[in-house]
Amino acid sequence: MTITLNGEPFELDQPLSVTDLLARLEIDPRRVAVEHNLTIIKRHTYTTVVIGEGDRLEIVNAVGGG
Amino acid sequence: MIDTPFVIAGRTFSSRLIVGTGKYPSHPMMRDCHTASGADMVTVAVRRVNISDRSRESLLDYIDTDRIFILPNTAGCYTAEEAIRTARLGREAGLSNWVKLEVIGDERTLFPDNEALIEATRILVSEGFVVLPYTNDDPIACRKLEEAGAAAVMPLGAPIGSGLGIQNTNNIRIIREFSKVPVIVDAGVGTASDAALAMELGADGVLMNTAIAGAQLPVQMAEAMKHAVIAGRQAFLAGRIPKKMYATASSPIEGMVGR
Repeated sequence: MTITLNGEPFELDQPLSVTDLLARLEIDPRRVAVEHNLTIIKRHTYTTVVIGEGDRLEIVNAVGGG
Repeated sequence: MIDTPFVIAGRTFSSRLIVGTGKYPSHPMMRDCHTASGADMVTVAVRRVNISDRSRESLLDYIDTDRIFILPNTAGCYTAEEAIRTARLGREAGLSNWVKLEVIGDERTLFPDNEALIEATRILVSEGFVVLPYTNDDPIACRKLEEAGAAAVMPLGAPIGSGLGIQNTNNIRIIREFSKVPVIVDAGVGTASDAALAMELGADGVLMNTAIAGAQLPVQMAEAMKHAVIAGRQAFLAGRIPKKMYATASSPIEGMVGR
C-alpha cells in the first residue's frame, strides 16, 4: 500500500499505527507533530490512529529560522 | 530610572534581545551565539522532517530549553490558513502555544499581508495562542493587531534579512506611543547601532537573526547586540538631550586665560 508522506509516495507493507510508523522511521515522537489527512493527531492517540492506503501524512519538527 | 521587567503575556524575560536559529554556519556556533547574546527567547521554524536522512542532528539538541524559551514562527506562509495550520503543528510538536505569526504578502520584499495577518491573529487568539505578529511599521496595522488580541506587536525595521536598519524611525516611535502591548522591532537590523536605535526609540525589544548569523564573526556580533540593546534601552530611559542646530559649549566661557 502507498501513502503520501511529507508530499512523497511512501510504501508500507500493512496499515500501521502512528507510533509504529514513527518507530520505523526512527523519529522521536516527542519532537514532532503529525498531521493525518489534514487533521492534527493528538499525541495520546498515536497508538490508536492507524495509517492506511492513500492517507496523506505530514510529520514536522523544529528547524532553524528567524 | 529603574527599568521595568520585559513582560509578554505574563511571562518575564531577562533579555530584551530575541534571536533566531536560522542560517548559522553550524549548530554549535548557533549555541555559542545564543549564549553570547544573553537572549532567553529564540525563534524556530516548523518544517517537514527529513525522512530520507535521519542522521541530521536535531536543532533542539543545541538549545538550552531550561534557560531559553522557544518561539515557533510561521515563516514562509502566504495565507492565514497556512499560518494557522503551521502554528497548530508547532504547538502539537510540543514547542509552544506562543507563535511569531508571519503571513507574507510578497516574495521579493517579504512584507506582510496585514489583512490576512489580522484575521489569523484573531483566530489563533481564540484558540488560546499567544500571538506575536510580524507586521509593517504601520501604527494603524499595529493598533488593529492589538485589538485582535496580539500579545505584542512586531513591526519591521526594514525587509527581513536586508540589514538596512530602521527605515522609518518616526513610525516606530509612534507605534510605541500608540501601543498598550510590548513593541518588538523585528527584522532589518544590520549592526549594533541599528539595535541600539530601535531601543532608543522606545521599543521594548528587538528580534534579529541574519545580523548575527550572517556576520563574519557571529559570536562577537551576538555579544555586540547584547550590549547594543542594553545601551539603547538605558539611553531611552535616561532621556536624551534635545537636538539643536548650533553648538553649546561644554566648558565655562568665563575665566579664559589672557582675556
